[in-house]
Amino acid sequence: MTTQVPEYKAKDFATDQDVRWCPGCGDYSILKQMQAVMADAGIRKEDTVFVSGIGCSSRFPYYMDTYGIHSIHGRATAVASGLKASRPDLNVWVITGDGDSLSIGGNHLIHLLRRNFDLNILMFNNEIYGLTKGQYSPTSPKGQVTKSTPMGSLDFPFNPAALALGASSTFVARSMDRDPKHMREILAAASNHKGTSFVEVYQNCNVFNDGAFATFTEKATKTETTIVLEEGQPLVFGQESDKGIRLNGMKPEIVSLADFSKEDLWIHDSKDLGKAMLLTRMFDDPSDENALPRPFGIMYQEDRYCYEDAMNDQLDKALEIKGEGDLDQLIRGTNTWVVD
Amino acid sequence: MTKVTEKKQDVTILFAGDSGDGMQLTGSLFTDTTALYGNDVSTFPNFPAEIRAPQGTVAGVSGFKLHFASMDIFTPGDEVDVLVSMNAAALKANLDQLKPGGTIIANITGFDKKNLRLAKYEDGENPLLDKSLDKYRVIELDISKMTREALVDSGLGTKEIDRCKNMFVLGFLFWMYNRPLENTIKFIQAKFAKKEAIRDANVKSLKAGYYFGDTNETFTSRYEVESAHLPSGEYRNIMGNQATALGVIVAAKKARLDLFYGSYPITPASDILHELARHKNFGVKTFQAEDEIAAVCAAIGASYGGALGVTASSGPGIALKGEAIGLAIMLELPLLIINVQRGGPSTGLPTKTEQSDLFQAIYGRNGEAPMVVVSASSPSDCFETVIEAARISIEHMVPVMYLSDGFIANGSEPWRFPSADSIDAIKPRKADPSKYTEQDYLPYKRNADLVREWAVPGMDGLQHRVGGLEKENETGNVSYDAHNHELMVKLRQEKVNLVAEAIPEQTLDQGEASGKVLVLGWGSSYGAIKTAVRELIADGHSVSHAHIRYMNPFPKNLGSLMQQFDKVIIPEINNGQLVHIINAQYEVRAIPFNKVQGMPFTSREIKERLAEELNG
Repeated sequence: MTTQVPEYKAKDFATDQDVRWCPGCGDYSILKQMQAVMADAGIRKEDTVFVSGIGCSSRFPYYMDTYGIHSIHGRATAVASGLKASRPDLNVWVITGDGDSLSIGGNHLIHLLRRNFDLNILMFNNEIYGLTKGQYSPTSPKGQVTKSTPMGSLDFPFNPAALALGASSTFVARSMDRDPKHMREILAAASNHKGTSFVEVYQNCNVFNDGAFATFTEKATKTETTIVLEEGQPLVFGQESDKGIRLNGMKPEIVSLADFSKEDLWIHDSKDLGKAMLLTRMFDDPSDENALPRPFGIMYQEDRYCYEDAMNDQLDKALEIKGEGDLDQLIRGTNTWVVD
Repeated sequence: MTKVTEKKQDVTILFAGDSGDGMQLTGSLFTDTTALYGNDVSTFPNFPAEIRAPQGTVAGVSGFKLHFASMDIFTPGDEVDVLVSMNAAALKANLDQLKPGGTIIANITGFDKKNLRLAKYEDGENPLLDKSLDKYRVIELDISKMTREALVDSGLGTKEIDRCKNMFVLGFLFWMYNRPLENTIKFIQAKFAKKEAIRDANVKSLKAGYYFGDTNETFTSRYEVESAHLPSGEYRNIMGNQATALGVIVAAKKARLDLFYGSYPITPASDILHELARHKNFGVKTFQAEDEIAAVCAAIGASYGGALGVTASSGPGIALKGEAIGLAIMLELPLLIINVQRGGPSTGLPTKTEQSDLFQAIYGRNGEAPMVVVSASSPSDCFETVIEAARISIEHMVPVMYLSDGFIANGSEPWRFPSADSIDAIKPRKADPSKYTEQDYLPYKRNADLVREWAVPGMDGLQHRVGGLEKENETGNVSYDAHNHELMVKLRQEKVNLVAEAIPEQTLDQGEASGKVLVLGWGSSYGAIKTAVRELIADGHSVSHAHIRYMNPFPKNLGSLMQQFDKVIIPEINNGQLVHIINAQYEVRAIPFNKVQGMPFTSREIKERLAEELNG
């Protein structure tokens, strides 16, 4: 697109539609940050498409004054793949939830990640089915009591970041609705990443699963239960920033900075796949004794070719070898005969 | 000694052997040569569902039937004149198709003890030795042995030599039917350009078969099927899936749209993907998706982005795509859905043909989800019909289901192909951003045909949101309003109904405009119906044939056309689907005639059934 990009403000991305999430829903915060990030992204809103599936989060496109498709359950990733394949020039965002992307849409998610289309996936994880009023989701912890699991869920939950990395994602990050500043940074980084960015956002469903992430988001506990990743910086956490993570061989362990110096700690390197595998596996139940803190930030990023570019390269190569296709030649084929 | 040449009007040959014997290739090569010679040809490959079923068993038999003639023909032939049986199983599986007095060419190595046992002949039973084949002419050839002898100096191993025995058979048949070898030799040379020993062995085996016929004194007669008096023009041979693929490319070019093809491998539709993938220099983007649902969703994404989104499958895959097709109906975007039908339900008969997805095409979605449906009637007709499907989809902003089936998808016939110029341009209803200010653009505002405009990402100021939730009329905003929903349901239906104004009226393929019996057909039974009706008309019967391409909506005049006949009979390879729809929509009591055996109708079956109606 050749047209100049106007100077946007966040509110330029709001639509005339009333936002209909429940009052107090974590989605509001995500929408606000997204509008701010889009205003700064330097991309025309006409060149931006939000694609969603089904679920509370999937109403998102109606609230962004860009192009948008609210598709069907679990398929936003597939719709976005076709859109991006045919229109590599567009800025494409997939908005999805834990049920939409990991349950009904699990297959499309992993295939999109391995293909690495240059688009962004924002996965709102609230560990519950909200729109259908409170059944357990593929990220609900084992034992969770919901309408469909009165005696507790039997499912062992997915670890979304580990799943994404296992599917060869080229950008895996985690943020939370209660930390707008962090979320904004992560969304901006996802937007800048060339390839499929997978961003998991811990999002509170105050109606059906209130406080699911409270231990990671509330002031009283978060300094002990979370660790905020910063590129090139040691993994430090704790109320007094007095603890760190050290790699003992392949095993991360919590150490006190009274006993170790920062130089001894694990230095965050988001390009290191081995470390990223360990980071995404830092998924302990925070109530466990000696639980490792949950990482937030960019766990992994890598440069890898994007499907749509490779697709276009093949088209160019075919043109180079065979020349521009001629319809008459195509229809004739190679073996013809004439009847007089 | 002199050899006599006997003239024949038409001949049907069935090449049958183990699925590893190369019968499909042998049949295709005979087809190419005899088509080049000027015969009318119609072919029908019939292969097992298993890629390599146990060797020598009836389950593993692969057949290629071809009918060639000095007149115009429309079917791959009812009964077979010549049955090539590479082994005992091939004979057993196909003997019921052979005409009394027909010829069997038997490869005797394929009738040894082991092969007889694998074909489940009784211990000690050998059809070549007992009198069970007395009503046929049996030519016993030791094809395996003669091929080995011919290639003794080839430097190839026995396994590779044995793979050349199909060329020996082909050479022998070329001799029998007086056809030149050049075209096949050219093919072999190109195919094995880099494998000299294999190339030479195949050519040698082909020639050996030919010379064997020529010099062996037991074969005294050859047959001549003169070239057919087809309408003048330039011809090529074409298979249905190939014609479909070419039609899709032409349609996209005629609409000046990028082509995006999302598909998941499935028999018998995969060849369309293979063909399209070869034509990237036409800007064709093919995407082998992770599943059927992803394939159609990706195509919808591409259509939203302004391309012609196309997806293809067969019945089971279409079932999986159903929800997404409903989305496309709500989005009112172009989407071409190709269904190459096969035997169902469930996995059914993947390699066999059936016309049993008509209900699925017209009705097979949740909610009030009307769908435009068109259907192709012969291998070459796939080309024009799929272009029609794309034209309706693009110009009316609706998904269109295009039906083909395994029979025409893999069958072939000569095609007097059109020039690209003679095909009309297709006109997408793209929005013009300069006509709007940001406030007054309404994504679901419609023209007189109830067609909305196609605003695609990137267009200035036309950003809008679409989705599967019910839309408010004109604005496209989400609406749960009761009356609005009813209005939208009716608008979507009326929009499909209005397609009837844009399609040609139904014509008769043959026969008078009124009379005793109208045969109303659709899809691949075209050739069998045409042949049967032609013969009945020649015998002085009052019978006509109309063949429907536009299945939903029907052509406007279909009702009045049917009323001119005492009886309407509808032959279908299903349990009675079109007949059900016709009887529901019109004041006729159409009579069903059904066959559901995974095989096409023979013209004789249709002729006999029609004769009952005509005489009754």
